[in-house]
Amino acid sequence: MTEPLVLGIETSCDETGIGIVRGRTLLSNTIASSMDEHARYGGVVPEVAARAHLEALQPSIDAALTEAGVRLDDLDAVAVTSGPGLAGALMVGVGAAKGLAVALDKPLYAVNHLVGHIAADILTPDSEPLEYPTVALLVSGGHTSLLHVRDLTTDVEMLGETMDDAAGEAFDKVARLLSLPYPGGPEIDRAALDGDPEAIRFPRGLSRASDMAKHRYDFSFSGLKTAVARWVERCEADGVEVPVADVAASFREAVVDVLVTKALAACADLGVPRLLLGGGVIANRRLREVALARAEAAGVTVRIPPLSLCTDNGAMIAALAAELISSGRRPSTLAFGADSTLPVTEIQVGESAAVA
Amino acid sequence: MILAVDTSLGTAVAIVADDGALRAEASTDDPMGHAEVIGDLLRDVVDGADGDTVTHVVAGMGPGPFTGLRIGIAAARTFALGRRIPVVPVPSHLAAALTAIDEDGVDGRFAIVTDARRREVAVTVFDGVDEMGIPRVVAETVLVPRAGLDDALSGTTGIEVSTLSAADLARVGARAIAAGRTLAGEEPLYLRHPDVSVPGAPKKVGL
Ligand SMILES: [Zn+2]
Repeated sequence: MTEPLVLGIETSCDETGIGIVRGRTLLSNTIASSMDEHARYGGVVPEVAARAHLEALQPSIDAALTEAGVRLDDLDAVAVTSGPGLAGALMVGVGAAKGLAVALDKPLYAVNHLVGHIAADILTPDSEPLEYPTVALLVSGGHTSLLHVRDLTTDVEMLGETMDDAAGEAFDKVARLLSLPYPGGPEIDRAALDGDPEAIRFPRGLSRASDMAKHRYDFSFSGLKTAVARWVERCEADGVEVPVADVAASFREAVVDVLVTKALAACADLGVPRLLLGGGVIANRRLREVALARAEAAGVTVRIPPLSLCTDNGAMIAALAAELISSGRRPSTLAFGADSTLPVTEIQVGESAAVA
Repeated sequence: MILAVDTSLGTAVAIVADDGALRAEASTDDPMGHAEVIGDLLRDVVDGADGDTVTHVVAGMGPGPFTGLRIGIAAARTFALGRRIPVVPVPSHLAAALTAIDEDGVDGRFAIVTDARRREVAVTVFDGVDEMGIPRVVAETVLVPRAGLDDALSGTTGIEVSTLSAADLARVGARAIAAGRTLAGEEPLYLRHPDVSVPGAPKKVGL
């Protein structure tokens, strides 16, 4: 089997993603988002997300099949995100994937969400195949991770991750401080349009020399968020209007600076002149601009999959499973569960034993 | 044949013939771990009953702890999708009521009680069966504080259960199908809103 037809189910956060791929060819990337339902709460509410997944699954699978022009009986395998992510949300996808796999009597592959973000890149037929090793920076509302990818299906290492908030969460929280709506990323971007990114020197988390020994590739955004809150409160105490544009631009600059600096440091330290960007926060134009400019200066090639494949989606889960299948990996047993803290080294969960 | 899936308490899966005869059954009483066991239990009953000819999937719609409850409903729906057969939603308490009447010979008015966490229980009051053999609901499912259960029952016999028979869930489903009746909607019996509040002003961090 060289071109396996795989349906992928992704429910780790607030997007219900159903993807269908044939090998490295994308046939459908269907996404139902519950973002609007979370807006009034100012962030993703796990119970609201899980309820929305259950509602959206069946219609999303139908829509994906129609778009791909395939039938469930045609599938070679079903794939699902086992973790990391929100436990209750993940479990909806796991239950759904098992029901579907048993009904169809098809193999099931349980895979790692973060590695799925890297696999999204192989669904871009117009670009050269991804070269290994590569450093990958994954930034979203749920994670901020720096990975060393030596091989997509066998060898991914976590270099560092956020110690507190994900970068996307920091955008949401700072947006709230500035009385901007949810989700914060696009709002901060809009507000920052006329702002001066150098106006306020906000702290870069875990970037002091004393932090660099233990947390060279780790991130922290809670101090930054607190610094912005202090700044806003001081303006209010002094009776001056908060310079929203400057605060937004300076905050964003602090986030972007620390992300790009640490990613390029990893490239330099490891002697890897390649950087892959993924996750929903990659939609932030300033992040892409700074990453591209500073990477070029450092002699590092940057790859960015299309944004529709950067945000959480089922196609990347299907793509990773298709690569596992093509490399001869056996399906998962039916006994795996959802693992909200699944380590990135576990690319596939619960591979069944070889038949003697 | 009818496949029933319920994860409102433990994880219970069964296949019965259209006349209600049991073909295969598999379950665990564990109130956790639904996601881990649902696939193997499903496969066991499908293999055990030669499940190729399943015509309907009955989904137990709760009440029950939300996270576990959804796993069974999700699996029931995708199984049905995979086989291109309909899903029949059935309130889970109906299965317990049928067990009480058929197996335990409970007569007259009684209440099925299940734990709802947070020191509350879910209570549905029944009185015998209707002409189709479906337990007759005389008071819809409500949440009441466990401490106030006796007052809420006011004399009605309460039967607290911690496991459900998927076979009886399937039988209730079979009778509903035969009668052309709908026993539950698409939405699980959550009985509670998501536990969140709309945020107020950001907390002060102090200067
Ligand atoms: Zn993600």
